[in-house]
Amino acid sequence: MSGVTRTPTHLTQGGTADAGIGASTLRPDGTLKVTGEFAYSSDLWHEDMLWGCTLRSTVAHAEIVSIDTSEALAQSGVYAVLTYDDLPTEVKNYGLEIQDTPVLAHGKVRHHGEPVALVAADHPETARRAAAKIKVEYAELPVVTDEASALAEDAPLVHENRKDHHAGHVPHPNIVHRQPIVRGDADAAARRADVIVSGEYVFGMQDQAFLGPESGLAVPAEDGGVDLYVATQWLHSDLRQIAPVLGLPEDKVRMTLSGVGGAFGGREDLSMQIHGCLLALRTGKPVKIVYNRFESFFGHVHRHPAKLWYEHGATKDGKLTHMKCRIVLDGGAYASASPAVVGNASSLSVGPYAVDDVDIEAIALYTNNPPCGAMRGFGAVQACFAYEAQMDKLAQKLGMDPVEFRQLNAMEQGTPLPTGQVVDSPAPVAELLRRVKAMPLPPENQWETTEGADVRALPGGLSNTTHGEDVVRGIGYAVGIKNVGFSEGFDDYSTARVRMEVVGGVPVATVHTAMAEVGQGGVTVHAQIARTELGVDQVTIHPADTRVGSAGSTSASRQTYVTGGAVKNTCEHVREQVLELGRRKFGTYHPAWATAELLLENGKAVTDGGEVLADVADVLEDEAIDLELEWRHRPTEPFDLRTGQGNGHVQYSFAAHRAVVEVDTALGLVKVVELACAQDVGKALNPLSVVGQIQGGTTQGLGVAVMEEIIVDPKTAKVRNPSFTDYLIPTILDTPTIPVDVLELADEHAPYGLRGIGEAPTLSSTPAVLAAIRNATGLELNRTPVRPEHLTGT
Amino acid sequence: MRVKFTVNGREQQADDVWEGESLLYVLRERMGLPGSKNACEQGECGSCTVRLDGVPVCSCLVAAGQAEGREVVTVEGLADYAEQRAQHGGCATGACGSAGTSVDAAQRRQAKPAAEGQVKLSPVQQAFIDAGAVQCGFCTPGLLVAADELLERNAQPSDADIREALSGNLCRCTGYEKILDAVRLAAARGDARTAGTGA
Ligand code: FES
Ligand code: FES
Repeated sequence: MSGVTRTPTHLTQGGTADAGIGASTLRPDGTLKVTGEFAYSSDLWHEDMLWGCTLRSTVAHAEIVSIDTSEALAQSGVYAVLTYDDLPTEVKNYGLEIQDTPVLAHGKVRHHGEPVALVAADHPETARRAAAKIKVEYAELPVVTDEASALAEDAPLVHENRKDHHAGHVPHPNIVHRQPIVRGDADAAARRADVIVSGEYVFGMQDQAFLGPESGLAVPAEDGGVDLYVATQWLHSDLRQIAPVLGLPEDKVRMTLSGVGGAFGGREDLSMQIHGCLLALRTGKPVKIVYNRFESFFGHVHRHPAKLWYEHGATKDGKLTHMKCRIVLDGGAYASASPAVVGNASSLSVGPYAVDDVDIEAIALYTNNPPCGAMRGFGAVQACFAYEAQMDKLAQKLGMDPVEFRQLNAMEQGTPLPTGQVVDSPAPVAELLRRVKAMPLPPENQWETTEGADVRALPGGLSNTTHGEDVVRGIGYAVGIKNVGFSEGFDDYSTARVRMEVVGGVPVATVHTAMAEVGQGGVTVHAQIARTELGVDQVTIHPADTRVGSAGSTSASRQTYVTGGAVKNTCEHVREQVLELGRRKFGTYHPAWATAELLLENGKAVTDGGEVLADVADVLEDEAIDLELEWRHRPTEPFDLRTGQGNGHVQYSFAAHRAVVEVDTALGLVKVVELACAQDVGKALNPLSVVGQIQGGTTQGLGVAVMEEIIVDPKTAKVRNPSFTDYLIPTILDTPTIPVDVLELADEHAPYGLRGIGEAPTLSSTPAVLAAIRNATGLELNRTPVRPEHLTGT
Repeated sequence: MRVKFTVNGREQQADDVWEGESLLYVLRERMGLPGSKNACEQGECGSCTVRLDGVPVCSCLVAAGQAEGREVVTVEGLADYAEQRAQHGGCATGACGSAGTSVDAAQRRQAKPAAEGQVKLSPVQQAFIDAGAVQCGFCTPGLLVAADELLERNAQPSDADIREALSGNLCRCTGYEKILDAVRLAAARGDARTAGTGA
């Protein structure tokens, strides 16, 4: 730690008993964040530090003929230039599940922007200029960029000698993973259908576009190890991948979470972690790496673009008969989270509907496109886009109201998924649709003012492209289901250490976990849980690091459930020990110590009837109770590889949206006027944060509906728009009012009855916006994002 | 080269500045003021917004040399700036409409140590915390500088005014609704006469 300035510090927050769970407690890091003092990973500084820089491939698929680093090394101010040959051990690849990603390209590059060499220098510009002087000679190879080119008989293999555990059961080596699901008899059921609709849908490549770029500081340590301060989603997963490449035991790679500027799945894979450590160990100096926005687009995986083919049938009274689908996800050059994305896309491909007869296949491809992996709602997002378009098509064909049609087929508690798993907690799908439909609609022609049209409220906004002449309004609905937590038998545990002691005469609690706070508000919730369980006002959140056991990933909407569950569990054990100490010290003074249910409240041990037995300060005196415990949710199991059957998921999260859009049909411009959301959160531990998460997720779904897409040249597999000038994310002008209706139907299996919330709103907002645009224009629109040319037919 | 300018009321100087270094780089890496964030270096995200002689600019697009002799306010100086403004009746420079402030006036704005356990915050900073407008917080410094400038100009902005003023600041986490709430809250609490305290 020595010498690093602006490292994360303990976040202490006083509160009162009413700042426990269920209260809209404010963030303990809020003040630091609004004053500019909060230390993001890009803000770290060390005396004498160097700046690292990555050289990335300019082509998508090529043999590397030669790399000449001599000119770069000769630059003054340059301390090291590293290539594949400088890697210290035999372990040269890493990966979340399949270790197929090279730390630095060896022999070949497989996608545009793959890391090829590293430079450390005394100024970031020196490092960049030196990197530009490295000469790499490529012999270009043909690229595979889609299903046809990847699965052709003579297709080049993205990975020549696959040995991973999926290799044996996929029909082609360019398929990362395949999950079929067969249940009932879809063909027989299709014969009962009065109407059948089918469609092919295309989901574009979305980027997480978190604002805080990939960055971190690696500091070489005297014991030959390294201290790494980094923004990530899962410290222990990083550690497991970093240490072998460095040839160090895990205890010599000490990781501390530094401030994270958003993540959304994009920090699940490693970015600069190993690179920074390699440069630090080579130069013996602290090395900081900060990606610029251009590099950030190459430095993390994206959301899988997908092609989805769907067929649904329904009887004339509106009951779904069957569903068949085929989902092809483009995983890009490396596996990343593709296998899990396939599992989600297939198992949730029916959506929140009751359909007994299904025939499903999902695959992820290896291509030479940019690698794709985790992003908010992964797998489920793409499927939701398609099945919700299908629901509208069916409703239209049957002449039914789209919401009523959905409600008629909505799953409920007890409905089985296509995997055969029965949803055993509330599944208020019809109710969420009812709620979102019942919200008052925004007034028509909002742009009209007494002084004429306020162009800011029109499609095109400030660009003043219309005064409303060709503007039509549309309304659309969608609902989705997302699994919470890691599925398919993954040991999805978390660890919490809780210490309770008396400081200055009052009991205080310290909560230490390795949970990555990426902005979601976990630090707030942990303090709330500790207050509730231990009856303390003062809670300190210890910085997240690898000195405590793994918390698992801040992803899959799991962190409040699992690490929150771990904090709750550890607090309960701490409380039990405090009470036990109380019994030993004071048990003889009052029979209730032995007979009553005891709690800790407001710094006192009390009976469940509210009778005060002792001050916790008197119970503890100089003693501290300090426990570190692991906590698990109920186990899941893998899906059968042929039938897809299995209890693969832990919990589900449901959200519904209503979108209101105004479309300028002449110009092809869309203004989303309002995006209302209703979501079941089980129990809102912090209502303010819950609403913030729902609004944020909704906006990311809006982005992919109308503007966000990484464009990859289909001929060269090169990325065309790696910048905020060309990859557009919604601004405050693009984002409408987002009224939120929160439903709290407890899941009896989860801590406090809570449900993971972060992802579900990202699912349904995209298809709701698409449905609204279709409603406004009458166009079919089967791809996202919708662009002006799709609306004007140009 | 050497660059000298006033930052948050203090004269600052940086030596050995490269020709191409941005104001943002000099603030963050040479002056130890990393409050202004770097998320794009393209003028697209607004995370690096500071005020240069009162005007909000993307500091990533300003060459450090352009700031020579001028006055910069960053998020680190926002609380003092707002307090000065309150004392001067609505304008931190004491001369609304004029460009900039004298070094003298600026120096009177030097940071005072916050009271024990209490961090001094400008009203808009306090409102961002209270409204839940901060999630990861990476966009927050730039948004605060832009929002503070808006409220200085227009104490009662409409929603459309707020959206227009903040349209150059990207936020990926919040969906902006709570940012709107925060600016409305700051406006509703009056024109920022009093500074808040930390949460
Ligand atoms: S960093 Fe300056 S606008 Fe993005
Ligand atoms: S709060 Fe994360 S970018 Fe705005």
